[in-house]
Amino acid sequence: MTALLSVRDLSVQFVTDDGVVEALDTVSFDVRAGEILGVVGESGSGKSVTALAMLRLIRPPGHIVGGAVRFDGVDLLTVSEEQMRAVRGRSISMVFQSPRTALNPVLTVGRQIARLFALHQRASAPEAWRRALEMLVLVGIADPERRARQYAHQLSGGMCQRVMIAMALATAPRLLIADEPTTGLDVSIAAQVLELLRDLGRRTGAAIVLITHDLAVVAEVCDRVTVMHAGQLVEMADVRTLFARPLHPYTQALVRSIPRIDQDVTLEPIPGTVPSMLAPPPGCRYADRCPRVLDVCRRARPALLGAGPEHEVACYAVEQDVGVTVR
Amino acid sequence: MHWRRLTANRLSFAALCALLVVVAAALLAPWVAPYDPDETDAAAALSSVSLHHPLGTDLYGRDQLSRLVHAARVDLLVALSATAVALGLGSTLGALAGYRGGWVDQLLMRAVDAVMAFPAFILAMGVTAALGNSTANVVAAIAITHVPIYTRLIRGEMLKVREMEYAEAARTVGNRPRQIVLVHLLPNCMPPLVVQATLAMGFAILTVAALSFIGLGIQPPQSEWGQMTAEGAGYVVSGEWWLVLFPGLAIMATVLAFNLIGDTLRDVLDPRMRGVR
Repeated sequence: MTALLSVRDLSVQFVTDDGVVEALDTVSFDVRAGEILGVVGESGSGKSVTALAMLRLIRPPGHIVGGAVRFDGVDLLTVSEEQMRAVRGRSISMVFQSPRTALNPVLTVGRQIARLFALHQRASAPEAWRRALEMLVLVGIADPERRARQYAHQLSGGMCQRVMIAMALATAPRLLIADEPTTGLDVSIAAQVLELLRDLGRRTGAAIVLITHDLAVVAEVCDRVTVMHAGQLVEMADVRTLFARPLHPYTQALVRSIPRIDQDVTLEPIPGTVPSMLAPPPGCRYADRCPRVLDVCRRARPALLGAGPEHEVACYAVEQDVGVTVR
Repeated sequence: MHWRRLTANRLSFAALCALLVVVAAALLAPWVAPYDPDETDAAAALSSVSLHHPLGTDLYGRDQLSRLVHAARVDLLVALSATAVALGLGSTLGALAGYRGGWVDQLLMRAVDAVMAFPAFILAMGVTAALGNSTANVVAAIAITHVPIYTRLIRGEMLKVREMEYAEAARTVGNRPRQIVLVHLLPNCMPPLVVQATLAMGFAILTVAALSFIGLGIQPPQSEWGQMTAEGAGYVVSGEWWLVLFPGLAIMATVLAFNLIGDTLRDVLDPRMRGVR
């Protein structure tokens, strides 16, 4: 299967008064056409930075220091700002974490969607409005005529997220990045929104990058998963493998920290917090929290190596278990 | 919804009514004024309040009510144009400084600081004295002193709203910076701007009147409230009280009305004040 978007050795730094924060450290992954790729990790693991870097929207004091983001064979990091603007919203679009604040409070939701058609497809005003209403119907909003004339604060959180999804899908993008799309919603609405995302992704053929800290969400909708920790990618696998046979100690800890109602096991929190990424040590950034830490872990950074079909992991302890790793 | 809240407060309702009277008088001056404002009548010079001349006459027998009503046109027009010019220029500069940041911001804000370093009235005096005191120059003088207020206000609002998620969202769908500022950010800066502009209208009227009072503003024979007050001031001792009282009251009532409405607007438009009272 060919990659729709491939991220290679992407690194992002934020220059602050205290020093350089290495928010992303040589992250590489592929997004395949039509799939749903989960990106999981704790707060501060670099998930959202990855999303913004893919759209080249990291703003000062942050900047992309290296790597490539190839979309359709073109490295987005090298194209002009003008070309990049055409990519944003048209080929790649984004759904935000808090739908209510991501919608402009002084524009009606209908106008916000309609603007996209005018912006990217030069549609006339009545045409854009008509298609905005179609989008609202598509995302399951009842009474679209009335809703389109309302403002974000007049809609419920779930409805706002539906509107965001309508905006994101309006121009039929090939890739949709959803950054914690269900965080502010209660469980039943969150489930509906996820269902909608998956359904619309399937219908339009758009690939989805789903950023979340919630493994339950990942298990629910994703095809493949990448696990991030402190700006580094530690494990990547298809969703079944990841839950059945997590290899990286961090992934194992994450999986163990999922509350289970069907088993009588104690919930295990992961010790420590995401380490400061201010001038981080050269080795694995999980070393200080890792129960299986080796001497080598603090000296050098493990590379992402194949541990099976559709399964890659970056961990010296795992390498030791397997003996010789074959790429 | 805002309208009802504005009229619910008795004080601001009174202010709105007062303002309505002044605006109506200004708009309809030629029809509501009982006399030609420049028509002299030696026989009726310095006559007191009477049925013929409800607010008395001046030294040349000109009807004071007619002069006041015509003066309202000038005062409101000058204040309105000055506010419009300052609002346009100030918010453009403020949006630029706030959204671009960096050296653009530094340069613009230092320039604004330099203007603000002068006491506003002294600056306005200086501008009219230097440019000559035509009506357009009075407008320019007031506008210049008001630009910094709007620039700082909009810059501050910009710094706030550009970090909002909807600004980020606007970027992710491929808007140009200009579209982001004009369509997505500026409309979100409106409430404090409306409040500021209303309060500034009061200040502008006060400044026109003050400039004219000292002879630098609107020139006779065109009547203007400040200038009429100045003329009337000479007659206080000799007992022709109506010459200073009525123009003074006109200034006070109008400025007060703008300030009261501005204050109420602030309460109405400030989301934190929603539901209070």
